[in-house]
Amino acid sequence: MKKLIITTIVLSFIGLLNAQTPEERGLEIAKAAEEADLGFNSSTVELKMTLKNKNGQTSERSLTTKTLELTEDGDKSLIVFNSPKDVKGTSTLTFTHKIGSDDQWLYLPSIKRVKRISSNNKSGPFVGSEFAYEDLSSQEVEKYTYKFLEENGSILVVEQDPIDPKSGYTRRIVSYNKDKGYRIEKVEFYDRKNALLKTLSYSGYKLYKGKFWRAAVFNMVNHQSNKETRLEFSNYNFDVNLSDDDFTQVALKRSGN
Amino acid sequence: MKFQNPLLQILIAIIVTLQINVSAQTDKKNKTITQDFELEVETEYRYFIDEAQFDDQQDHFPAIAFLPEYNLQWNDGYESLNFTGFLRIDKDDNRTHWDIRELYYQKANSNWEVSLGLKKVFWGVTESNHLVDIINQTDAVESFDGEQKLGQPMVQFTLTTDYGNFDIFYLPYHRKRAFSGKKGRLRFPVIIDRDDITYQSRAKEWRQDIAFRWSHYFGAFDVGLSHFYGNGREPLFTINSNGELNAFYPIIHQTGLDLQATHNAFLWKLEAIYRSADAQDFFALTAGLEYTFSNIDGNGLDIGLLGEYLFDDRDELVLNALQNDAFFGSRIALNDTQDTSLLIGGIKDLKTNSSIFSLEASRRIGSSWKAEIEARFFSNIDANEFILSNFSQDSFFRLSVSKFF
Repeated sequence: MKKLIITTIVLSFIGLLNAQTPEERGLEIAKAAEEADLGFNSSTVELKMTLKNKNGQTSERSLTTKTLELTEDGDKSLIVFNSPKDVKGTSTLTFTHKIGSDDQWLYLPSIKRVKRISSNNKSGPFVGSEFAYEDLSSQEVEKYTYKFLEENGSILVVEQDPIDPKSGYTRRIVSYNKDKGYRIEKVEFYDRKNALLKTLSYSGYKLYKGKFWRAAVFNMVNHQSNKETRLEFSNYNFDVNLSDDDFTQVALKRSGN
Repeated sequence: MKFQNPLLQILIAIIVTLQINVSAQTDKKNKTITQDFELEVETEYRYFIDEAQFDDQQDHFPAIAFLPEYNLQWNDGYESLNFTGFLRIDKDDNRTHWDIRELYYQKANSNWEVSLGLKKVFWGVTESNHLVDIINQTDAVESFDGEQKLGQPMVQFTLTTDYGNFDIFYLPYHRKRAFSGKKGRLRFPVIIDRDDITYQSRAKEWRQDIAFRWSHYFGAFDVGLSHFYGNGREPLFTINSNGELNAFYPIIHQTGLDLQATHNAFLWKLEAIYRSADAQDFFALTAGLEYTFSNIDGNGLDIGLLGEYLFDDRDELVLNALQNDAFFGSRIALNDTQDTSLLIGGIKDLKTNSSIFSLEASRRIGSSWKAEIEARFFSNIDANEFILSNFSQDSFFRLSVSKFF
């Protein structure tokens, strides 16, 4: 009798597990990925962006990014352009929000002007690259609905549907590596017509502070235009101890000088 | 560019040691020094399409400008020395000029920042006119839109709090505005020598001026409140009984408000000032909106629409002649690899119908060149416009090519 009860409990537990919908499993994975990256506090990184057009001609930009981790709301970030030289010092300050639109300011060093800009333009390209603004903004769990698709060894594939109707995508197919702190290996982007638009592959992953996986290279290929953008990250620093004071309009102006 | 010259390291070490900084003993300061030098060389050609209104005025103005920039940072960027120079050589003698746009030392801490030296500061939100912006003198011979400024000597202290940013400015020296010379366009029939413009203040340019600004943001709103007390940046023009133009810099109080609400693709903007002097009190405002259709073609094309209304109590004595005008414009950005952008617009006087149309376009060429085109057209200028009537023949094209080293 006792055995039967236990079996029943175990069976119903398995049943419960099976009853977890793909939506619940997808959300669970996204949360696990967020959880795995919690606690980096702040970081700085240098970034080289190489844009390649369909004829193979390239142009480069270099930027420095500072990030401040916030748990109650989305992260704060400050991006400074170092090249091309005519835009050197141009900087953006972004306060990501888990719900609602982000707050964003642009600093133009030639006229010393700080401009609050609309964060409406999510789908537009970031400085002519194949990365849209939304691809580079802080990835908050609340910004998508989820659907678990499949498991291949350590790779978990999840469909993410953006909640914001201003997103340029109907869905993103994201491959997580559950054995490596749920780091993302690949993202496929489907446009508003649900056609495959871009593939983003991450490579050269390194583990920082024994916890945080960061890729050295992001490679975005646009399948429709045959253009490509490669981001190379260097000099990751997780010991900078930045605070809210380093993410103000005053700090924005200072960074652009 | 990283820099590890031992001499400089020592120099910086001395500066750091000299500072009364109690926490320096406990903080492990980053001793990395970074320095950066950049030079922009700009060749420019301005062509005025209409026959000159006044004697000696020319049509063609080839020019060249040099803009060196040097920046030294240490203490993780919390301390820096910044320099921006400017030299313009032009056919018009008065437009041939040099300036130290910036040369200041800056020290920042977690929630405060102090700058000492010549610096540029911008305040404001609107596009067609910059009412609130008052710290720096306009480099009036350099640009038509007034966005080029002369370096202003100052001590600026900024405090960041939960209640916004507080800026206090101590401005020990006033800089006079330059005006076009004999050969130059965009001038009055008489040539104004900047030295002929006097001051109301007995201390003249050495009057010790102050300014204060509070700025903050609440969700969708960005707000700034400012007050300036000192030598005005705009000279006051009067005509005496002999018909002679007389001009001086009055002592002014100016209170300014700038406000922007950012909602989806809408930017709602307002700038308002109240300026009082012994000779003149007035109110002025610029209010409008900007709406951007972004990524229209799925390829990055942004088209922004701008509309602003400009009002100024001074009526016809307004230096830039924007007393009751409407501005409409469009900002087009391709967001391509070469950052191609275009701004077209027109300002129309609602009473006299005098209009100014403008076009500004720019594009990067390769990785270190940039080309710009600017055009201004004065159309239907009413002969009774006190200021603008002098410019009715001064429609021009400007082409410039810059190389960045």
